[in-house]
Amino acid sequence: MLRQPSFIRSWRELSSSRRREAVAGYLFISPWLIGFIVFFAGPILASFFLSFTRWNIVGDPVWVGLDNFRTIFTNDPRFIKAVQVTLTYSIFYLPLEVILGIALALLMNRKVRGIGIFRTLYYMPSVVPQVAAALVWVWMLNARYGAINTLLGQVGVDGPNWLSNPGYVLPSLTMIALWGVGGSAIIYLAGLQNIPDVMYEAATVDGANPWQKLWYITLPLLTPTIFFKLVLGLIGVFQTFTPAYIAAGETGGPLQSGLFYMLYVYNRGFVSMRMGYASALAWILTVFILIITVVVLRSSRYWVHYEADRSRNR
Amino acid sequence: MSEISTYPQESKRRLSLTARQADWIEKILWYAVLISVAALLILPLYWMLATSLKTPRSTFMLPPEWIPSTLEWRNFTQVFEEVPFGRFLLNTLLLVVLNIIGELFAVTLVAYGFARLRFPGRSFLFLVMLSTLMIPYHVTLVPRFILFSKLGWVDTYLPLFVPAFTGSSFLIFLVRQYMMSIPLELDEAAYIDGASRFGVFWRIIVPLSKPALVLVVVFTFVGVWNDFLQPLIYLNDPQKFTVSLGLSFFQGARETNWNLLMAGSLMATIPPLLLFFFAQRQLIGGIAIEGLKG
Repeated sequence: MLRQPSFIRSWRELSSSRRREAVAGYLFISPWLIGFIVFFAGPILASFFLSFTRWNIVGDPVWVGLDNFRTIFTNDPRFIKAVQVTLTYSIFYLPLEVILGIALALLMNRKVRGIGIFRTLYYMPSVVPQVAAALVWVWMLNARYGAINTLLGQVGVDGPNWLSNPGYVLPSLTMIALWGVGGSAIIYLAGLQNIPDVMYEAATVDGANPWQKLWYITLPLLTPTIFFKLVLGLIGVFQTFTPAYIAAGETGGPLQSGLFYMLYVYNRGFVSMRMGYASALAWILTVFILIITVVVLRSSRYWVHYEADRSRNR
Repeated sequence: MSEISTYPQESKRRLSLTARQADWIEKILWYAVLISVAALLILPLYWMLATSLKTPRSTFMLPPEWIPSTLEWRNFTQVFEEVPFGRFLLNTLLLVVLNIIGELFAVTLVAYGFARLRFPGRSFLFLVMLSTLMIPYHVTLVPRFILFSKLGWVDTYLPLFVPAFTGSSFLIFLVRQYMMSIPLELDEAAYIDGASRFGVFWRIIVPLSKPALVLVVVFTFVGVWNDFLQPLIYLNDPQKFTVSLGLSFFQGARETNWNLLMAGSLMATIPPLLLFFFAQRQLIGGIAIEGLKG
């Protein structure tokens, strides 16, 4: 509302050629503008309204006030399970993703002959379509005929019933997701290659050993990349759907041990057709993600090191 | 490496030999690490390939065969007989093409608008566009489904490609950043030569943005090829399924024929893999751009 007067004022101030340019500008961006209104802003507003209704898509939505939210927070064991599953998974997956991603990027950054081939091989799994990746892992993790338990058997370990044992469903899904860690490693690699060689040379002159270089140069200078990946990773983890659907199953697997939040939203919305309830669930998740993102953004000044900022202050 | 033998003094030579040996050992150790990590990461792909060539009997054999004793190439044709896999491939390809056309159309226009034209509210709208990147996609999932079902678009391809014609915010951002790096002098020279606004866009900016547009094609291809949730929600008729949806359907259908399912998975993996090999340079460059956003 506040923008409109200033908008009209600035429009009046334009010369006629600038006005023509502005009209052209709006025409050029109109595809996005239409899409934003029809496929984004409109649906978001609609889903906000729907979260206060009960509606199975036929007939009219029935206004129920805060009933959906009350049920979700006080009387929905599957909601609690979905939150538990998603949080547990992210607590294990995200740090592992950062650590293994950086480790892999450090390997990819070795200056040896044939490193291009290794980079390609490491990146390849992240190109495999999610469904195909989940399927091959379901088969790899097959308790009797799978490659994993066969290999474990060869070193005398009796492998578990991965995807049918509730205790092993989340570790399995973590493993599946980590298979594609090469995709993050490429981003860390780009970060590594931005670190000026001078820093390492100076450290060598000062007698630093490789571990000190890693700890005092590489990691601090990589924090902006880590931060960026962490924000994206958080949003991604809460949206995990396909691997859970394929590997754990539509209903979330044994004892719903793989009931990811999105899988639950899908079940409520598209299996039992409870559009209002599913909208409420989606909104809760969105607010939660926004809060987490803000917390991470706020925390960033305590641990993210920006080289450019420092030089500006100098 | 061979200058070692030219060292004159015996003592020096012995010293440098051990240094050289240490160097060698280090190198071999690094290669050992590099190779074992590669083996670990390639194992699932190998397992997919090996299973796709097994007979039903050798698929369920104890202990499993690491190298299939007989190569059952027939699996790859049998997939097409067991399920309409050919249809799945064609359907997915159609969606890929439609989405690429849509994204190229919308992304070039919108990115040019944001990069080159001045209009009131431009920076505000650009900020709005960037903020849509932060809003998780799933909030719109339910209301979009309602919208499309009210339009009668469920079980058609329309929900799966029409939104592409409005451009993805991420791709618009990527191309806009690229267009910003094209010198303004080129536009000005063209205007002096009497080019129209659209002429500048079409003859100068679009051709020069080709590297960024390659990324649009690659990202769209991979995104559509991999998409599972949207086809799952919108498509009911198995004849309309995409490859990803078809594979999961195949898994659930009955007792899983893992050899056939792996043959199908392998065929689903090959197109993005080929694309990755051909566009490797641009792709990694583009991911680096994505990485710099932070």
